[in-house]
Amino acid sequence: MGAEDITLSRRTALQGAGALVLGFLLPLKGVRAQGAARPMVTAPNAFLRIGADDSVTVLVKHIEFGQGPWTAAATIIAEELDADWAQMRAEHAPANVALYANTLMGIQATGGSSATAESYDQMRIVGAKARAMLVQAAANAWKVKPAEIRVEKGVISHAASKRQGRFGQFADAASKLPEPADVKLKDPAAFTLIGKDKSVARLDSAAKSTGKAIFTIDIHEPGMLTVVVAHPPRFGAKPASFDATDALKVKGVVAVKQIGSGFAVYAENMWAAIKGRNALKTVWDNSAAETRSSDQMFADYRALAAKPGRAVGTNKDAPEKPLPQGKLIEAEFLLPYLAHAPMEPLDGYMLWDGQTAKARFGSQLQTADQGAIGKVFGLPMEKVFIETMLAGGSFGRRAQTTAHFAVELAEVAKAIGPNKPVKLVWTREDDIKGGYYRPLFYHKFQGVVAGGKIAAWRNRVVGQSFMKGSPFESMMHDGVDPIVTEGADELLYAIGDFRCEFHYADSPITTLWWRSVGHTHTGYAVECFLDRLLQEAGQDPVQGRLALMAEKPRAAAVLKAVADLAGWKGSAAGNGRARGVAVCESFGSFVAQIAEVSIGDNEEPRVHKIWCAVDCGQTVNPDIVRAQMEGGIGYAVGHALYAEVPIVDGGAAIGNFDEYRSLRINEMPEVEVVIVPSSEKPTGVGEPGVPPTAPAIANALAHLGRERPSRLPIVRRV
Amino acid sequence: MAYQIKVNGTDHSVDADEDTPLLWVLRDWLHLTGTKFGCGIARCGACTVHMDGQPLRSCTLPISAVGTSEITTIEAVEGPEAKAVQDAWVAHDVPQCGYCQSGQVMSAVALLREVPKPNDRDIDLAMNGNICRCATYVRIRAAIHAASEKLGG
Amino acid sequence: MRSLVILLTCAIAALTSVALNATNKALPTTLQPVSAFATIKDPKARSVALFTEAGKVIQHPRCLNCHPATERPTQTDAMRPHEPLVVRGDGGIGAAGLRCITCHHNANFDPAGVPGNPKWALAPPEMAWQGKSLGDICRQIKDPARNGGRSMAELVHHMAEDELVGWGWHPGGKRTPAPGTQAEFGALIKAWADSGANCPA
Repeated sequence: MGAEDITLSRRTALQGAGALVLGFLLPLKGVRAQGAARPMVTAPNAFLRIGADDSVTVLVKHIEFGQGPWTAAATIIAEELDADWAQMRAEHAPANVALYANTLMGIQATGGSSATAESYDQMRIVGAKARAMLVQAAANAWKVKPAEIRVEKGVISHAASKRQGRFGQFADAASKLPEPADVKLKDPAAFTLIGKDKSVARLDSAAKSTGKAIFTIDIHEPGMLTVVVAHPPRFGAKPASFDATDALKVKGVVAVKQIGSGFAVYAENMWAAIKGRNALKTVWDNSAAETRSSDQMFADYRALAAKPGRAVGTNKDAPEKPLPQGKLIEAEFLLPYLAHAPMEPLDGYMLWDGQTAKARFGSQLQTADQGAIGKVFGLPMEKVFIETMLAGGSFGRRAQTTAHFAVELAEVAKAIGPNKPVKLVWTREDDIKGGYYRPLFYHKFQGVVAGGKIAAWRNRVVGQSFMKGSPFESMMHDGVDPIVTEGADELLYAIGDFRCEFHYADSPITTLWWRSVGHTHTGYAVECFLDRLLQEAGQDPVQGRLALMAEKPRAAAVLKAVADLAGWKGSAAGNGRARGVAVCESFGSFVAQIAEVSIGDNEEPRVHKIWCAVDCGQTVNPDIVRAQMEGGIGYAVGHALYAEVPIVDGGAAIGNFDEYRSLRINEMPEVEVVIVPSSEKPTGVGEPGVPPTAPAIANALAHLGRERPSRLPIVRRV
Repeated sequence: MAYQIKVNGTDHSVDADEDTPLLWVLRDWLHLTGTKFGCGIARCGACTVHMDGQPLRSCTLPISAVGTSEITTIEAVEGPEAKAVQDAWVAHDVPQCGYCQSGQVMSAVALLREVPKPNDRDIDLAMNGNICRCATYVRIRAAIHAASEKLGG
Repeated sequence: MRSLVILLTCAIAALTSVALNATNKALPTTLQPVSAFATIKDPKARSVALFTEAGKVIQHPRCLNCHPATERPTQTDAMRPHEPLVVRGDGGIGAAGLRCITCHHNANFDPAGVPGNPKWALAPPEMAWQGKSLGDICRQIKDPARNGGRSMAELVHHMAEDELVGWGWHPGGKRTPAPGTQAEFGALIKAWADSGANCPA
């Protein structure tokens, strides 16, 4: 079987970057389908390759950058196929939207923590169809009834005739059979792999523990040039002119070309490219550049938040009421620009021969990248090929609304001319200084506590929208970008007198989704302020929340589960430690966390342990769910405590891990995870572990007698 | 100029500028790509190799300073500690994106060779130079303890 | 110089912030020559003045960073805790798995701003200088039990000739060099020793 064998029932040509709005639907609350969904492809030939050696290779449509889609897809397929785990393999599917569209988004894309959620049914059907076809092939060969054939752990057998065989010997015949129109899926009660702890091991662990896994940066091809691009120091600036005299004197530097995003230095190796760029003299057009600094932007945002904004979410159409009588509590929260800083910086390989473009890189939105590359070269989509590579992390960075990296890669290849393979590599400085940050956000709150209860809630949010004006603007409704206020516009808590408003703030500083997107800031602001009000009301952080969650049973269940796990007896933990709580719903999943915190060396908060309860619907790989909670918590701890990209005079003031402080093993808390059993549809796990962590830490600090940090990161160098 | 260096037991002649970091020599000259670039300033540990058995950040050692030292990369690291570490990494499904793990493994092997039974503090001190942005630290710690036990430490 | 301040909240920064090893004034860049102290008649006062001048070097971040009060060095002109977390370990060369030489090689590597020296190591605990007055450091330096068993002559030689001490004037990167030159510093220390090696209060 092979992907190329399939006859497409409907070949959909896409018309390049101008047509990037593709009936797009992200699984975001409040966003509806913008166009007809694509028919779900469930042809085994598109997703499976069964070798003569009995290996079953799953062609995975999602990029693997650690979140586990290879193992998840293989688990689901193996379950329905009744394969033995030892025969399962995985690799990336090619870029082909007709076959590999994300069923929720309509383009080939990984995002919104949707990989398992959107492909669970699809992969089950694929596996079940493949099983039926293998059984039919065996039945044909053995001249017996398919119903009499059993499949178990990769062995096909017919008891009465005492015959048995393996997948490899029937794969060829099976691939030529008509695809069954309808298949019966397994009763979940009979699952042996899906949701079964330790039933499978990750498919990529061995290669990644021995240095054998190949990432984009590892590509070397004959005649290949390595390219770095000099980008402008200020956001919004454009390349004007350059003097390459000194750069070209560097041994190994081959050429310097101006492209849209800067000046590209081509060299025989990475070190020559870096030295060449250092020697390059550049002139930038700063006429449209940002000039402000982070502090000025916060001041601007604060001034904007003093004015009424546009109401969203709960009660948005009701007239604003005056605040009721009671104790007025006010707070503000300032959240900085954050870089994703995946361990492998952005990189890509491109061979353009004038007729076709062949790219190899960690593409996360393959269809958008394909269209953008085609537009640069003037090629139709079908002449643009993307081999998706393993990527060293993303956290949102590789899912680019503007396909800016694919565009830069294509421009780099185009500028040097056809038939010259290029590998474009960003350095860490390019990465940290390069924008596409989690936007800087400002939250203003007013709350009223009366009679031991929360009587009113007012929240104004100010920040940038990266949807507005992008090819993804169709996700917006009536001018409202749901990402700006998701998590703040509807609460898990029943507070009758509720109002949430927002203002857009514009800047040439580029921004993007960052692991858990809007919840990165709303989770912090909302859960900190709620905890503040409960404290004022004299309520326990757990019991006070539960009392407001009558209509949110799944949220209440994870909160109860985490309180049980941690043996919650209130905020005090003894030994100079305190505990804080937070609960967030994101990407359809519910996560509650309790953080135990003290003040450690150098007066820095020390996070000792985080207890975590997650309800992500039906789990496929419990150990990957735990790993994603552990990793999401670590990512959140590191950024909450240490991380900021400060903007000074319109540009990033820092450029590497010496200043963009990253969590290290000695700062990693112990983590204990409980997965709340659920038969709901699978939902996300890559992102939902992040949002509750920072507010849980802040709330613990409050119960240590400190203020909840109103500005992140908590440890600031000033 | 041409430098003679010994990597993974093999002598190589490398024609490179004197300031070329060992990292880029390994990757772009010798195509030993298991050793990764993460920061270029010795702050992340992704480029960790062994020089005469000691862990070393290859991104900040110029080729002119390698001399007669023997370099070992992830492609050739071996011995009981290496096997125990890599087996434990797989058994605990430590890697997520995997990009930093070559460096993590090289640091962990170096630790266990010197400290067969490390406590959590030993692990913190040896491993905190290796950043993992996926934050697989919980499992790195567990895997090092498991490898230590396997080695009879 | 900016101090490392941990802000737990903007609003009540004064209550919750802690300044660490603050170096709030501009770092000195020059040393007065020994001759500048010739006019001081009282030998004891002259000796103290010479050491105080040499103290511009001794209490400079280039020197203090690796004479920490705890087992962890500091770094940068702002004297932040060294990241990653490194410790004195076995004989000042760091802990197993993350020795000083893991990152610090025989010479500064300026393309990355990473300093280096063949003798790169932390001073032993008895030679800790951070958090101490110049007078206390002076008495400590003279005490063979706390100066590595050095005689005064050996001490003068160490200050004037040692290559790791000398690194302080050639630190590379964005680091501010120690003031003056190692020769000027050595001359001040020798003159201080010759004038009775008196210490500030």
